[in-house]
Amino acid sequence: MSEVLLSVKGLKTYFPVKKGVFKRTVGYVKAVDDVSLDVYRGETLGIVGESGCGKTTLGKSILQLCHPTAGKVEYSFPDGVHDLMTMKGKELDDVRKRLQIVFQDPYSSLNPAFTIFGSFSDPLRKFGVRSRKDREKLVGDLLEAVNLPRSYMTRYPNEFSGGQRQRIGIARALSVSPELIICDEAVSALDVSIQAQVLKLLKELQEERSLTYIFITHDLSVVEYVSDRIAVMYLGKVVELAETDELFRDTIHPYTKALLSAIPIADITKKRKRIPLQGDVPSPVNPPSGCPFHPRCSFCQDRCRTEIPVLRRLEGTGKEHYVCCHRAEEFLAEIEGKGGNA
Amino acid sequence: MEKDTVLEVKDLNVSFYTNQRCNNVLRGISFSLRKGKTLCVVGESGCGKSVTASSVMQLLPELSRIEGGSITYRYRDEEVRIDKLGKNSSQMRALRGEEIAMIFQDPMTALNPVFTVGYQISEMLRAHMRISEKEAMARSVELLKDMGVPLPEQRVHEYPHQFSGGMRQRAMIAMAMACKPKILIADEPTTALDVTIQAQIFDLMLELKEKNDMAILLITHDMGVVAEMADDVAVMYMGNIVESGTAEEVLGSPRHPYTKALLASIPVLGRGHNQDLQPIKGSTPDPFDRPHGCQFEPRCGFSCPECSLAMPEEVIVSGTHMVRCCRCKEVV
Amino acid sequence: MNSKSLNRKMDELQRKEKAGLLETSNRSRTLRKLTSNKLALIGAFLFIVMVFLSVFAFLFTQYDPNAIDLRNRLSPPSREHILGTDQIGRDVWARILYGGRISIFIGVGSALGSALIGVSLGTYAGYRGGWLDSVIMKISEVMISFPQIILVSLLVTIVGQSLWNLFFIFILTGWPSMYRMARSQMLSIREEEYIQALKAFGIPRYVIAFKHMLPNAIGPTFVNITLSTAMFILQEASLSFLGLGVPLEQATWGNILNIAQDLTILRSAWWTWLPVGIVITVFVLAINFMGDGLRDAADPTQVG
Repeated sequence: MSEVLLSVKGLKTYFPVKKGVFKRTVGYVKAVDDVSLDVYRGETLGIVGESGCGKTTLGKSILQLCHPTAGKVEYSFPDGVHDLMTMKGKELDDVRKRLQIVFQDPYSSLNPAFTIFGSFSDPLRKFGVRSRKDREKLVGDLLEAVNLPRSYMTRYPNEFSGGQRQRIGIARALSVSPELIICDEAVSALDVSIQAQVLKLLKELQEERSLTYIFITHDLSVVEYVSDRIAVMYLGKVVELAETDELFRDTIHPYTKALLSAIPIADITKKRKRIPLQGDVPSPVNPPSGCPFHPRCSFCQDRCRTEIPVLRRLEGTGKEHYVCCHRAEEFLAEIEGKGGNA
Repeated sequence: MEKDTVLEVKDLNVSFYTNQRCNNVLRGISFSLRKGKTLCVVGESGCGKSVTASSVMQLLPELSRIEGGSITYRYRDEEVRIDKLGKNSSQMRALRGEEIAMIFQDPMTALNPVFTVGYQISEMLRAHMRISEKEAMARSVELLKDMGVPLPEQRVHEYPHQFSGGMRQRAMIAMAMACKPKILIADEPTTALDVTIQAQIFDLMLELKEKNDMAILLITHDMGVVAEMADDVAVMYMGNIVESGTAEEVLGSPRHPYTKALLASIPVLGRGHNQDLQPIKGSTPDPFDRPHGCQFEPRCGFSCPECSLAMPEEVIVSGTHMVRCCRCKEVV
Repeated sequence: MNSKSLNRKMDELQRKEKAGLLETSNRSRTLRKLTSNKLALIGAFLFIVMVFLSVFAFLFTQYDPNAIDLRNRLSPPSREHILGTDQIGRDVWARILYGGRISIFIGVGSALGSALIGVSLGTYAGYRGGWLDSVIMKISEVMISFPQIILVSLLVTIVGQSLWNLFFIFILTGWPSMYRMARSQMLSIREEEYIQALKAFGIPRYVIAFKHMLPNAIGPTFVNITLSTAMFILQEASLSFLGLGVPLEQATWGNILNIAQDLTILRSAWWTWLPVGIVITVFVLAINFMGDGLRDAADPTQVG
């Protein structure tokens, strides 16, 4: 595979929980708990998980929009690899130019008080497009790149539909010609008929501009369509990471299996057996001891209750398949015995 | 009316009068709900699917009204015209909860945060039955237990904020099931929930349906949910039901271009990285600037001059399969 | 609204809609709601009329509000003096007109002054949060809990009575409520995704706060300014009535009322205090109507 563009190493983002009159810290929400992953240039890495699993915080931590507690976020700049977490002030400007983000809610991602041009203007000026004429031309080009007419730049956000706003959000992220875009639930709030338009647009832009995406979503069907590789998160940890086809074919982690079986499929010819999951996602303030998934896992053993598993590469498959489960090898052997999951 | 039909909606028209405009939200929709079956109403935002649910419950907002058509509830060999009842009449209030119950998208806002869950369920019970407070509380515990809430004796005394999203939705369902209604209306009941929790809630709903021979009207935007849950399906677009029938008929061999395009535009799990998505062009029209004829005509791949003249009439293609498209024979 | 008239209204709308007469107006919904609120329009009209009368007072009376005419003390309303004269023979009508200048000036001025301080602090601190926000929050709590009358008496004993005292104290005690309002607005806007996007571009904090967030928070501020104008005018009147406000020789609405402390005048010379009382009431009511109208119009949860 090609070169590593972004490498997250042991990233932890904890938010203090404060209580009482004196705001004493009584505990931490471990939103992102020891996550390590690599993103290769030109690929789409999907990050899936249920609400509260820390996927959005992971995205924001990478962008330095919130302050991670520990770990490294290494990015390969033309002059070598640097850790984004040690950067401050002016140094971060270069990061802002290379890493951008597209948000979930098309209704809150554009400032209602500004025209589209007004929303684009400040970032462009900051990155050196001084004259108004140049900026107007650039904004027009960007709108055309996302299949919207140039004239829309003088309009206000309330005149646009959800799908159009989301395109404008994408155009805004493109305005600084970034290398990596984090799409945080970028299509989740859109109607199904509009979702496909935006997903296709994202794929086209990726080819045209050789972009790298980190695609954060809760929707496995969408992530399967867009991603080259997928990381599944549960309670702040990555529990399984593999190439898309590999992940769906040889699912190892019990959580991934349950998640896959829970998704309703829009195809009545396929009736599957659901793997029911008991109970709810535990609170990230005091996660269960041992493997965070063990209270809901039907394959749980004594070891799972006490010992925290680490994300490790599966030996013997010859593939980049990482799993965070004590019994991963057993499950793998089972699959190989059966010749793949149905 | 067929014997096992519990609710029949005929040619229902509803308008909203906000912002000094008149928006004809429902433009003559007809469907019937069968005993022990699930009808899924599916459509995109703004197509009128939630309005359908609130019309049946007579819970429309103030600046709106039913313009025409009928909603008939079959009630022990009697027929009740819901559309003729007053929004706040005692008859309607008796019907709500006792005969028809509803659960909502956001269980957090649908439960009152200042009362315990048990209190809210028993209040509901006492409004419809003559039982003592103690009995009602005992019944609430039982209901929560039936809904699969762990430790019901303890949780009945807790407040909604102490419940997780999935548990809150279970509590809402417990409340809806309190009087053993004949019809359960579920308006996007799992949109705010995670997929693993969604699966739990759907299993619960199916189980309750079997046990009580209840009819379910499920409002959703998710084709996956439809495929999993529905016995019957009604596809809505801009205030019309454009296609309806059994799940096999509608999803298996869609005859309306909209249904077909919708199914082709969503990524389906298991079809892999390189599946071909075909987006529907354009976006849903402004409700105040609607196309003259078929509402889907400007976005349709099959459109012909005839389409822009008038909304096509209902055509029965086979069995219960209804389509409103003048070229439905060509759409296969 | 009863259901019959509502139904009639709906019929009318439906007829028009079918005829294709209705268009989505380009006028903002806020403006439309404001102009259809009759009470707010009456309020605005009264407000404008009274401000106009005060500002161009010299057009409506030939008397000097401070000219003493000892031969004409406490004369009842007559052709020469429409509202009579007070105990040292000054024309009451002229004093009400000229007094309005100072009273309105104090009311509007202090409201704008506290808004300027409160909103700019609230905008920045609300966006930044952290220690700055909690320090300002604590200061504002101290300011709010301090009784105004003690502050006023303190200042009067130290520097003597003056118009600027009142200004100073009104702003000092008025900014905290503006601060809190602006701050709470910013706290909710801060979570909007367009702000996150600007942060992701590395736009400076003060630009985000004042250029991108403030315009979205300004609506409630206008409401607050109108309502506190009314409050300050009332406070000026009550402080001046007690003799702690503007120096007595300067005509303000409160100072005119001051005369009513004398029981014989209160009983026998109604024209010296009743008209100004009515004027204050009407003016404050007018502003409150306007403020309520603005608030309802800006509230997106109320449909029209």
